[in-house]
Amino acid sequence: MTALAYGISDTLVLAKRSLLRIPRQPDLLVGFTIQPILFVLLFVFVFGGAIQTPGFDYVDFLMPGIIVQSICFGGFVTALGLSDDLKKGLMDRFRSLPMTRSALLTGRTLGDVVTNVFQLVVMIAVGLLVGFNFSSSVGEVIAGIALCLLIGYAFSWVFAFIGLTASSPEAANAYGFTILFPLTFVSSAFVPVASMPGWLQPIAEHNPFTYMVNAVRALFLGIPAGNDVWLALAWTLAIIVVFAPLSAWRYRRVVAR
Amino acid sequence: MPVAVETSRLHKSYGDVRALRGVDLRVETGSVFGLLGPNGAGKTTAVRILTTLLAPDEGSAHVAGFDVVREAAKVRQHIGLAGQYAAVDENLTGFENLDMVGRLYHLGRGRSRERSRELLASFDLSEAGDRLVRTYSGGMRRRLDLAAALVARPPVLFLDEPTTGLDIRSRIGLWDAIEALVSEGTTVLLTTQYLDEADRLADRIAVIDQGLVIAEGTPDELKAQVGGERLEIHLCDGDLGDEAVAALASIASERPFLENGTVRVPVAERRGTIANAVRRLDEAGIAIDDISVSTPTLDDVFLTLTGHAAEQEAEEAEAPAR
Repeated sequence: MTALAYGISDTLVLAKRSLLRIPRQPDLLVGFTIQPILFVLLFVFVFGGAIQTPGFDYVDFLMPGIIVQSICFGGFVTALGLSDDLKKGLMDRFRSLPMTRSALLTGRTLGDVVTNVFQLVVMIAVGLLVGFNFSSSVGEVIAGIALCLLIGYAFSWVFAFIGLTASSPEAANAYGFTILFPLTFVSSAFVPVASMPGWLQPIAEHNPFTYMVNAVRALFLGIPAGNDVWLALAWTLAIIVVFAPLSAWRYRRVVAR
Repeated sequence: MPVAVETSRLHKSYGDVRALRGVDLRVETGSVFGLLGPNGAGKTTAVRILTTLLAPDEGSAHVAGFDVVREAAKVRQHIGLAGQYAAVDENLTGFENLDMVGRLYHLGRGRSRERSRELLASFDLSEAGDRLVRTYSGGMRRRLDLAAALVARPPVLFLDEPTTGLDIRSRIGLWDAIEALVSEGTTVLLTTQYLDEADRLADRIAVIDQGLVIAEGTPDELKAQVGGERLEIHLCDGDLGDEAVAALASIASERPFLENGTVRVPVAERRGTIANAVRRLDEAGIAIDDISVSTPTLDDVFLTLTGHAAEQEAEEAEAPAR
């Protein structure tokens, strides 16, 4: 086999390992199934009535936002897993094997793509049950789903960096949520930006997360997207281009001790 | 391949801490080599360099004939590593752990599965093989960890403190497993802070302290360095120690001495010594509470070589930099 074939095989072996963990840890399983469902129900039935979204039913406005948010947090398994491997000495075992070393990172992030697909299916199913309608062409819906998965992949690299930087899985958890929660809430995901205080609006408008949500919303609801799809794509690719090498660098540093 | 592991003047520092200060080791193929020393002596650092996890600051090392820095990938194809932290994935079953390692050694799907089942059986883990590792006891985890190091039948095996933290029954089980491996021709380099472990398993031992090899030889050679056998006598009346020393001087090979109320008498010949000593003390009117002949242990070696006891040092030492 060639080095590339070994690299792919190693990545798949480790992606499988990353995925096997999820059904076996009840907290992760809840995080990937019940939690997003609960979020949809809470927003639609509890907050929804109080939030004005001119031109949209709230459930239509909400679903693209909440889907993108859940997908972003999907990469959390990578942070948790890498941080755990460092703490428990597994990294040493892997690095003493004749395997492709980058597979430790690519395997994790590839595993996340699979969890993200699963999450997407759960969220869309729940959304349809509570009254969400796709009102665009099949091609646009597929493009929207593809964009969601790409966004999820980009955030997996952010989480890889967090997992390799945090001192423990608990710290990784804290960093991840402290950074990402404000980012996802100060955006157009749950409420129209126009409803925010004046000083907050420019921040929310230029939040990359807002571009991503607007792009997916445009693709799912068939409304004019303007430049949002291209800006979302550019931001997503930029995150990968920055955080993949940053994670690789961090990985080399953290194991060279 | 006559030499399995060879290092030359290995140096490694972590900031101001000089973990290795010029270490030379030589491990013959098919032998068990013990690297013995207290916590923080540099044992783990040496193993991490030899298993390509860490680059040395200075010096060179060859494992299975390959340079650990320039030919690291080749080295990794010839080694197995079992660490002191039982590096197995808790969220996988025992079988899944071994199979994953087999696939990462590129054994191929069928071969990897077959080998995993085989190893589970030989480490008495067949029944537990399909259970998640987080349900395993400490001893089972260590056995699985050792099995994982053996998946690809590596010619050179590194065991970093394989039994630290295990109860005595698990330790003996692991020792038996290691001895079985050695009989199949695997070269083993093991680090330990347990002197009895090195004594039982190793053909040769290097004693390492503060980053330097301070002695090397077979267990018997090291023991010979601290002298031969000696009598240990507890007196009924501890105040008579000096009189006892005087009475026993003529049968001793070196001057007898008092230590913690026990009279210790180095002797050249084991046979008849006790009878001799009893007679002399009886003549001097000194009553004996207990008398025995003791063979020097590696504890004595350590104390003689370093001026401090190994176990005590291990408890006081800071955790090693990792």
